[in-house]
Amino acid sequence: MSAMESHAVPYVEAQQAHASELPAAGVAALDRSRLEALEILGERGLPSQHDEDWKYTSIKPITRSRFSPAVSGVDCSEHFIAASAIDNLDAWQLVFADGFHLPHRSKTDGLPEGVQVTGLAEALTQDPAPIVDRLGFAMGEMPHGFSAMNSAFVGDGALVEVDPGVQLDKPIELLFVSGCSGEGFLSLPRNLVILGDGSEASIIERHISFGAERSLSNSLTEIILGKSATLNYCCAQDQAERTFHVGGLFCRLAQSAKFKATTITMGRSWVRNDARINLDAEGAHANLDGAYLAFGRCHVDNHTHISHNAPECTSRECYKGVLGDRGHAVFHGRIVVQPHAQKTDSEQSNQNLLLSADAQIDTKPQLEIYADDVKCAHGATVGQLDEAALFYLVSRGVDRETARRMLTQAFAAEILETVTPSALQNYLASRVLSQLSPAVPPEAVA
Amino acid sequence: MLDIKNLKVTVDGKAILNGLNLNVGPGEVHAIMGPNGSGKSTLANVIAGRDGYEVTNGSVTFMGNDLLSMAPEDRAREGVFLAFQYPVEIPGVANIALLKEGLNAARRHRGETELDALDFLKLVREKLKLVEMKEEFLYRSVNEGFSGGEKKRNEIFQMAMLEPSLAVLDETDSGLDIDALKTVAGGVNALRSEDRSIILVTHYQRLLDYIVPDRVHVLAGGRILRSGDKQLALDLEERGYGWIDTVAA
Repeated sequence: MSAMESHAVPYVEAQQAHASELPAAGVAALDRSRLEALEILGERGLPSQHDEDWKYTSIKPITRSRFSPAVSGVDCSEHFIAASAIDNLDAWQLVFADGFHLPHRSKTDGLPEGVQVTGLAEALTQDPAPIVDRLGFAMGEMPHGFSAMNSAFVGDGALVEVDPGVQLDKPIELLFVSGCSGEGFLSLPRNLVILGDGSEASIIERHISFGAERSLSNSLTEIILGKSATLNYCCAQDQAERTFHVGGLFCRLAQSAKFKATTITMGRSWVRNDARINLDAEGAHANLDGAYLAFGRCHVDNHTHISHNAPECTSRECYKGVLGDRGHAVFHGRIVVQPHAQKTDSEQSNQNLLLSADAQIDTKPQLEIYADDVKCAHGATVGQLDEAALFYLVSRGVDRETARRMLTQAFAAEILETVTPSALQNYLASRVLSQLSPAVPPEAVA
Repeated sequence: MLDIKNLKVTVDGKAILNGLNLNVGPGEVHAIMGPNGSGKSTLANVIAGRDGYEVTNGSVTFMGNDLLSMAPEDRAREGVFLAFQYPVEIPGVANIALLKEGLNAARRHRGETELDALDFLKLVREKLKLVEMKEEFLYRSVNEGFSGGEKKRNEIFQMAMLEPSLAVLDETDSGLDIDALKTVAGGVNALRSEDRSIILVTHYQRLLDYIVPDRVHVLAGGRILRSGDKQLALDLEERGYGWIDTVAA
């Protein structure tokens, strides 16, 4: 047994011990898919740096100690949730403690007809068949052991289903609080978002920590967009120094569907994100953006994969990173244009600002084009603050530190400014600003 | 106000200023003219404190203080202002954010309280009129997408906001059409006062038709070769810079 397989053993054993307690256990199709995922986890183990997709990301911070899967029944104080709220944000909200939905903390009053916003476990218990059918559909092949782990434990998380033609006028916020169970726990939320033909919604997925306990959050979101459906999605990863995070975002788009996703990673410890977008039918459009900060000794890895599977689809991707201290970031952006995906129009860019000589970025934009009539562009940049701009600000009396911060913030602003609603944008901007001043102390991952 | 003695400056080891002397009294407007490469912009940048200029000899005294030992931000807070020849575009930083930060930094430096939002806006509106700029400019990124004329007007607007004791205008007339030139000159003239000195660095006499200087200096080969009143600028315009070389020789 390799080291990587052995790292998976405690999680395989934990799943086996608790399989019968998972929501809707006994539903044959669900049991089967959990078992299949468990087998993949056992066989493939957790990823290692020998794996090309993990070349620059070591999972040592996670394997150094064990995490026990959190169990339902955990709560999070009303006071904490209120204190963590986004100012002036008018939204429906589901709250999760270590991955478990807290119905008594959630606000779903006034949801229009034809919209379901609920805990996944609750929905699985009531009517598993339609959910089980669609779990794993957006993801397709599991990218690695962590997604297999999430799938083997699949139970709670958020279910958002919007019927065809329904347009929501307020966003839905999914608030995930890690570390509620105490030291050393693992949360495994699984979210399923289904937008019917012509429907419209905004979803905010926000990850925060309760306290400073060491925890691992392995979260996976699957999104299925019907014809001409529009989803505005923002994932804010804002956990504490000792919360490790593995995030999965998988989306399938039908004809003329539109998906705008922005992932903001505050980067305090160790984060790995995998996004996989499948443009499955003509006229679909995806906008996949991200901003990440990596200060102290933290590590942020974004792997994205956009697949143009049909003609005349468009995609725009822009990830921007700010790295300081001994921060390390990885960007690997793959765009695949399948042979019949003619008239594809795709642009990808990754821009990085390095504020210290010890910060490190490994960036790998990758285009794979199998069609001949396409328009694709990609590029990556790594740079420092513009000295001319810095002098301009300083010559107006602004102190050097503030000037650096203003320019750094301006660099990230290009991504933040596209985030809606404005209450969320303002919140994220102020969170980013507080991260930039002062740069976080060099502790986090050792 | 400003006293420069025997200033020698090199850039990348190359001597640019070779013993420059200049004294600018309070309220005076001095024009520094000279051919390309004479060291005009170097002088402006050295006064503002830009990196990359090595002072090898001489002194620059500003209001009794050694200017060269001060960081650029401190020079600005003490009242030195440089209007850039090529104002930098800074995407993502709003004009208003820069002004607020700069103005309040100077106020804190002087031991004054920061302006509150209302007073700040009142001041901004008053100064915008001076250079005929619209309020929407405040919320745009610094110089981003501005025309040449807008950039230069923005420099004068910043000068009006920061109310410096010494303003160095580096080729503020370059690239301006006649209407923009008049607007910019009008703004500068409105800012002339007994306790504010202005140095106009320019290649052409044209600007001096609109901003009439007290003194005119001709800079060539890193030295001031000749000084005089506004008539000197007119003579230069007529005879060209070659004339100075023959006179100096």
